Amino acid sequence: MAVALILVLVAVGSVVFHLVSPWWWTPIASNWRYIDDTIIITFWITGAVFVAVILFMAYCVYRFRHQEGRQAHYEPENKRLEWWLTIVTGVGVAAMLTPGLFVWQRFITVPDDATDIEIFGQQWQWSFRLPGPDGQLATTDTRLISPDNPLGLNRDDPKSQDDMVIEGGELHLPVNKPVKALLRSPDVLHDFYVPEFRAKMDLVPGQISYIWFTPTRTGTFEILCAELCGVGHPQMRGKVIVQEESEYQAWLQEQASKSFAHLTPGIRNGTVMPD
Amino acid sequence: MVDVPLGSTGVVAAPDVEDVELYHPHSWVTKYVFSQDAKIIAIQYAFVALSVGLVALVLSWLMRLQLGFPGVFTFIDANAYYQFITMHGMMMVVYVLTALFLGGFGNYLIPLMIGARDMVFPYVNMLSFWIYLLAVLILVASFFAPGGPTGAGWTLYPPQAITSGTPGGQDWGIIMMLVSLMVFIIGFTMGGLNYVVTVLQARARGMTLMRMPLTVWGIFTASFMALLAFPALFVGAVMMLFDRALGTSFFMPAIVEMGQPLDRNGGSPLLFQHLFWFFGHPEVYIVALPAFGIVSDLISTHARRNIFGYRMMVWALLAIGALSFVVWAHHMYVSGMNPYFGFFFATTTLIIAIPTAIKVYNWILTLWRGDIHLTIPMLFALAFIVTFVNGGLTGLFLGNVVVDVPLSDTMFVVAHFHMVMGVAPILVIFGAIYHWYPKVTGRMLNDGLGKLHFWVTFLGAYAIFFPMHYLGLMGIPRRYHDIADMAFVPPSAHTLNAFITIMALIVGAIQLVFVFNLFWSLRHGREAGGNPWRATTLEWQTPETPPPHGNWGRHLPVVYRWAYDYSVPGADQDFIAQNQPWPTRTSGAGHG
Repeated sequence: MAVALILVLVAVGSVVFHLVSPWWWTPIASNWRYIDDTIIITFWITGAVFVAVILFMAYCVYRFRHQEGRQAHYEPENKRLEWWLTIVTGVGVAAMLTPGLFVWQRFITVPDDATDIEIFGQQWQWSFRLPGPDGQLATTDTRLISPDNPLGLNRDDPKSQDDMVIEGGELHLPVNKPVKALLRSPDVLHDFYVPEFRAKMDLVPGQISYIWFTPTRTGTFEILCAELCGVGHPQMRGKVIVQEESEYQAWLQEQASKSFAHLTPGIRNGTVMPD
Repeated sequence: MVDVPLGSTGVVAAPDVEDVELYHPHSWVTKYVFSQDAKIIAIQYAFVALSVGLVALVLSWLMRLQLGFPGVFTFIDANAYYQFITMHGMMMVVYVLTALFLGGFGNYLIPLMIGARDMVFPYVNMLSFWIYLLAVLILVASFFAPGGPTGAGWTLYPPQAITSGTPGGQDWGIIMMLVSLMVFIIGFTMGGLNYVVTVLQARARGMTLMRMPLTVWGIFTASFMALLAFPALFVGAVMMLFDRALGTSFFMPAIVEMGQPLDRNGGSPLLFQHLFWFFGHPEVYIVALPAFGIVSDLISTHARRNIFGYRMMVWALLAIGALSFVVWAHHMYVSGMNPYFGFFFATTTLIIAIPTAIKVYNWILTLWRGDIHLTIPMLFALAFIVTFVNGGLTGLFLGNVVVDVPLSDTMFVVAHFHMVMGVAPILVIFGAIYHWYPKVTGRMLNDGLGKLHFWVTFLGAYAIFFPMHYLGLMGIPRRYHDIADMAFVPPSAHTLNAFITIMALIVGAIQLVFVFNLFWSLRHGREAGGNPWRATTLEWQTPETPPPHGNWGRHLPVVYRWAYDYSVPGADQDFIAQNQPWPTRTSGAGHG
């Protein structure tokens, strides 16, 4: 009796906790509302199964508890029931998987009008690179990294001329413009993660991974590293500031002058600058 | 092959085996230390694994103290914290759970349950344990090595694991971890081959595969899987050791370490992740399948009812075992691998939910119309179902590729895998110890202490890990030494973290009651007799309890029926042992 009651309390308590607890996701700030929707569908289906299984178990524990003279029912199997349960489970699984795969298709298909930017993570700070007026990022090589060239830009590449490097700072993005972020690490694994964007992807040294999203509301959001990258891992934070287009342009102007100044030492050192 | 006609009447003569004196140990050392008796080896394995478990428990306390009360315990700095989580994870997954289920329960139960005298290779079995102990000693020694143990996280992802930004990366820590794993795998391979060959070759007359108890099926399938999965980890460890010690570049692309370019080129960090998870995902089921098997037998025995859908249970075990080798990259959805893999691995991962669900249905349908005795093993089995269903269902979030994107690498993942492969299998281990302790020692564990241990452990562990999911949903990443200054985390989340820590301290402390019970009942427990649970399976039918070396005396048992003849209509009592012949007309028993 007590055992059955506690099992019921566990099931009901879990549902109540889910409904009333103050701990829930952050208000979304990107186009990935589909992900939230899929999570909600999954919560409903799994929640219903959880409650059903535990309550059924609690009922059995109460109804079929040992009493004088009780004998268990002898029934090795029941093909019909087993197949029926298998099919219902299959349908439930498909109901979760199908929308999930459709959303994944969107998640990995970058829209044509997305702006390329680079997110560069190293132990233990975030840097960024914007493509500048030509809209294209220059090629890079980890072996070119030096104090003068912290991101390892290939200065032989004409596209490097106008690339704007923001070292260890804040990433500014215009609201409602899709962004394709190319992710690069010169040392160990990192993971670009902004809880409000829902999106997340590893930075892997030796390759370039990507992620795309559209910021949908203005504000300042925290960038976290979500892949263990050594002792400084929890301190590896950055900020992404989503702005209205006009504010963003103003910031861009101001940044352009700084960034140019930052690149000039390369010229003095005789790095080849074509054009 | 064996020829016991199913359903025939009469008794099949047991093979009559002379006792060979040479076979038995002659000194204390060969009997209890360098023993070749699977039962002694099982106890050795279990003792070492449970001791490592206590160390891992203390490590979990330390990490929880930091998370619940950041900054209060200044000796837990970032270095120490990462070393604690790494060692806790690796110890629990490999050195506790794998060793305890296969080396502990496998050794004790396989020969007894299939009616064999011992494992088929007793000497190799003994070596397996001592090599395991060596692996444990190397692992524990890394605490005292220069630089301390590795803090790379239990997944040991390179390049981080072998570079200087990580504790132990450029010291001894990572080397000792890799060597210890390699030694463990060598020892395990000896044990695993033994378990598989014993099940295939040494079953008693009449013990067909489809009459084996599900415990044996679970351990057998898991051992087979481990033989296939561990080599991937082994080669991964060898390659990383070469990268670390010899300067090769298996996993090392051209990288910069603290501003200095390293002389490495062309390696792939993702290659290690594939190797690791090709081992790592089957590993989840290597731990889970023995638990599935054992819990099936606990439920059936204590509900006095045949396991429902035995054949489906066996096929589900095998299906899970096979499928678990094609789901590994669901740990890598956000790893930067080709994103199109996501479609394949999400589909296979969710398909594996179907045989797993079948097992859950059959457990609860075994309770249905049963005669449920709420013994301690049964309580643990019920708690297993609660936590396993909970953890299994959250697996449907993480397996569904796009849902994994926001949740991956957060506390949601930590909560999920602790619920499903931490708490759930450990509850089965406890249930199994309460269940089989009487066979091992001849005495029952104390019931009152058992109930106290059960309720605090079950409800406490649930209170630790259920709310933790919501911290992850909020976005708190895992493996954060300090979350104090995160803008999106409300103060209430810190309160919840403190609550979780307090629960963890309580649940950890209550394990001392269990340890006390283990030792106290050795002398003071109630005498158990040979078959205190009135169970059908062979280990309860031994002529002596505890069973001596060789298990069966002169006559090996002969098996006439499956393992689940509980409450057979018309039978004299509510169980019929597997070695009980079919009733003859003269015996007066009913016709089953």
